[in-house]
Amino acid sequence: MAFISSGYNPDKPMADRITDIGPKKFDLFYPKVIAKNKGKWLYHEILEPGILVHVSETGDEVYTVRAGGARLMSTTHIREICEIADKHCDGHVRFTTRNNIEFMVDSKEKVAPLKKDLESRKFDAGSHKFPIGGTGAGITNIIHTQGWVHCHTPATDASGTVKATMDVLFDDFKTMRMPAHLRVSMACCLNMCGAVHCSDIAILGYHRKPPMIDHEYLDKMCEIPLAIAACPTAAIKPAKVKLADGTTVKSVSINESRCMFCGNCYTMCPSMPLADAEGDGIVLMVGGKVSNRISAPKFSKVVVAFIPNETPRWPTMTKTIKRIVEAYAADANKYERLGEWAERIGWERFFEKCEIEFTHHLIDDFRDPAYYTWRQTSNFKF
Amino acid sequence: MKHETPLLDQLESGPWPSFVSDLKQEAETRAKNEKNIEYQIPQEAVEDLLGVLELSYKHGRTHWKHGGIVGVFGYGGGVIGRYCDQPEKFPGVAHFHTLRVNQPAGKFYTTEYLKKLCDLWDFRGSGLTNMHGSTGDIIFLGTTTRQLEEIFYEMTHKLDQDLGGSGSNLRTPADCIGQARCEYACYDTQDLCYDLTQEYQDELHRPAFPYKFKFKFDGCPNCCVASIARSDLSFIGTWRDEIRIDQEAVQGYVGGELPPNAGAHSGRDWGPFDIEKEVIDLCPTKCMKMEDGKLLINNRECTRCMHCINVMPRALRIGNDRGVSILAGAKAPILDGAQMASLIVPFMKVEAPYTEIKETVIEPIWDWWMEEGKNRERLGELMKRQGFQKLLEVTGFKPVPQMIQEPRTNPYIFWKEDEVEGGWERDINEFRKHHLR
Repeated sequence: MAFISSGYNPDKPMADRITDIGPKKFDLFYPKVIAKNKGKWLYHEILEPGILVHVSETGDEVYTVRAGGARLMSTTHIREICEIADKHCDGHVRFTTRNNIEFMVDSKEKVAPLKKDLESRKFDAGSHKFPIGGTGAGITNIIHTQGWVHCHTPATDASGTVKATMDVLFDDFKTMRMPAHLRVSMACCLNMCGAVHCSDIAILGYHRKPPMIDHEYLDKMCEIPLAIAACPTAAIKPAKVKLADGTTVKSVSINESRCMFCGNCYTMCPSMPLADAEGDGIVLMVGGKVSNRISAPKFSKVVVAFIPNETPRWPTMTKTIKRIVEAYAADANKYERLGEWAERIGWERFFEKCEIEFTHHLIDDFRDPAYYTWRQTSNFKF
Repeated sequence: MKHETPLLDQLESGPWPSFVSDLKQEAETRAKNEKNIEYQIPQEAVEDLLGVLELSYKHGRTHWKHGGIVGVFGYGGGVIGRYCDQPEKFPGVAHFHTLRVNQPAGKFYTTEYLKKLCDLWDFRGSGLTNMHGSTGDIIFLGTTTRQLEEIFYEMTHKLDQDLGGSGSNLRTPADCIGQARCEYACYDTQDLCYDLTQEYQDELHRPAFPYKFKFKFDGCPNCCVASIARSDLSFIGTWRDEIRIDQEAVQGYVGGELPPNAGAHSGRDWGPFDIEKEVIDLCPTKCMKMEDGKLLINNRECTRCMHCINVMPRALRIGNDRGVSILAGAKAPILDGAQMASLIVPFMKVEAPYTEIKETVIEPIWDWWMEEGKNRERLGELMKRQGFQKLLEVTGFKPVPQMIQEPRTNPYIFWKEDEVEGGWERDINEFRKHHLR
C-alpha cells in the first residue's frame, strides 16, 4: 500500500489549487428526453407501483422505473446500478430525495426488459437489490441518518432499524393501498440530521440517561463555557471536583432532573458521553407532513415514549409501526394523511385504535408551546 | 470475513435490500482486488467496519468518537473527522473521515461520471458511500487524514467537482426534480439551486455564520424536498393567476375514462371516482363547484394547496403567472424545539440572475443573523427571540396579513417612539398643573 500522490504538493498547498467551483452543472447529466422536454411536461401517470410515465407537450414520453435501496451503498453496488443504466437507459440514472433510484427510458417497450432485469437481481443471502415500488398511496423508502455506522451521538442504529422496518412494510412499498402516501423517516438522535419531525411515522433514537462526566479529562478536552452554554435547559454549571488522588480539577456539574438528554453538551464536549445500552432506544412519532395539500404542514407527535434497542431487528418497534399502519389503512378516508386521520377521529381514538398505551411522557411539558397541546374544551370522546 | 457478525447476519434475510449484504460484497471485492487497485487506505476497512458495527449491535452503543479538526486547506467544511474508539481491534477504520461531495441539482447522473467517482473512492477511500446524505450531498464514508488533500486535488482537477458544506456555514442546497420531469414545478428549481450554490461558494466553504444555514427548493406546494420543515430559507413554487382547466379532461375523470390521482390509489377498490366528494368537498377553501357539467374555480379564494391538481393532473394545471413564496426559519428540534418555516415573501418572480432574491431576501437576512445571532442559534430561533417585526425591519418588506395565521391575541404592542404622535418627551411640571400630586 504505497502512497501515491495525486499531484498535490503539501509544501505548496496553494500551487495549482482549484477551489470554489461548486457542483457539476445539472444539465450535463440530463437524459436526452429530459433535456428536450424540460418545462414542457403536461401530465404524469403511475402505470403500476414503481412505474411512472410523464407525457410532454411535444408528444414525447419518459418512463421511470423507481427502485428502492439502502442509502448506505458500496461502489460495487453503484457500479451495478451503472451497468443497468448503461444497458437500458443510455447511461443515465437519478436518485430521489428519499434514496430511491430512478431508471428512465424514452419508450414503453423498454420498460418490461428493464423491470425484469431489476427484479432478477438479488444479493447472495436473498434480499432484493432493486425492489420496484415506492410510488403513490403507498410507503416509500425511509430517509435516515448514520447511526452506529458512522456517528458519535446516536442512540440507536439507523441502517438496521430501517432494514427491519422496510422488511415489515415491504408489501406496501410494492402496492398502493394506503388512503394517502405514508412517509416513514428515521433519525438516530434528536439532532435529527434526518429531520424526521414532519413525517407520517418517525423513528427517533433517544437517550434517557444524563451524561457521565469524565472529570479528570474534561478541562483538557473541552471548553467549559461552551459545554455550559450548549445546554438548552441550563442544567450544567461549572464545578471544582476533587479526584481520587486528591488533586482538584475544573469541571462541570449537572442538575440531572433538568436534563432532557439532547446530547448537545456531548457534541461540544467529548468528556460528557450519554450512550447507554439500557438508557438508549427508540421514540415513535406520528402524524407529521410537509405537503400543503388540503391541510397545512404538521409536526409529528410523540405516541410511544420509549422502546428498547432490541438488536438486530427491533421487533417491538416494527410490530408497533405495523399496528399503526394497519389501523390507519383500515380507518382513514381516502386522501387523509395519518395526521389528518388522527385529528379527525381524535387522539384519544388514535391510541385506542392503534392499541398504544398512553403515558404521562406523551403530554408536553417543554416550555410555552406545551400549553397549546393540552385540551382547552369540554369536547372529547369517551 | 475477518470478524464474526452473528447479529448483523440476521439483517441479511428479508426482502428489503440488505446493507449488510452490500457491505459484505464490498469487503469481498476489496479482499479479492481483481482490478489490482493500490488501495490508499487499509484494504480491510469494510471488514473492520462490519466488525465495529457488530460490536455496537452487541453493546447497544456507538464506537465512533468525536470529529476532531480535519479538512482541506482553506475550507472550513466538507469534511467530518471520524475516529473509532477501538482502533486496535479495528485498525482499518481507526481513522475514518467523511467527505461531503456537492451533488448535482436534481440528482441526475451519467454512469460515466458515477464510475469516475467510484474509481476515486475505491482508490483513496473505503468504497462506501451514502447516495445520498440527509442534506443531499454524495457522502464518501471513510478515509484517512493524509488522503483528504489528495482526494480534493483529484476531485477539483480531474472531475471538476467541489465539496459540500458542513459546520457553521451554508449547507449544500438541495432541490426537487422540478421542471426536469414534473408538470407541477412553478420555477426551475435546479437552475436557482445551482445559481445560488455558485454565488455563495465562499459562505458554503468558509464558516462565518452563527450556525448552519440551509436553502431548499420545492417547485410546488407539494414540497417533495420538505423545504418548509427543513430549511432556513424555503423556496416554494406558486402562482398568482388562474388554475388552467381542460373541461373535456374533467369530464374524462367524471366519466371514469381517466385514472384519478394519476393512478396513485389503484392498489385498492375505492369505488367509482366522485368529483364532489373527492375534489370539491375536500377543497380547503371551498372555492370550487360543478355547474352545467363544468368545473368552476373561484381562483381569488384558492390557496393553491395542490389537492385538485394532484387528483386530476390531466384536467387542471398550475397557473401561468408563476413565482415563488419564500418562508424563513425552519429547523429540527435542537435546541429550542422544532420550527416550521414562516412566510416572509408571499410572491416573488423567479428570474435569472435572481438578483431580487439575493439582494432583497438572502443578503439582508444574513447580515442581520450574522450581526445578532448567538453561537449555534438558527435563523428561526433568532426570529423567535427578536420577533417577526425585526425580520420585516431588516428586509424592509411591508407587513401583510398573508404573513400570519391570525393577529396577536395580546395587546402588548411594543410601540416605537416615532410611531406615537408628539413622541415620548413630556413635561412633568406641565402635567402637574392639571393633576395634583
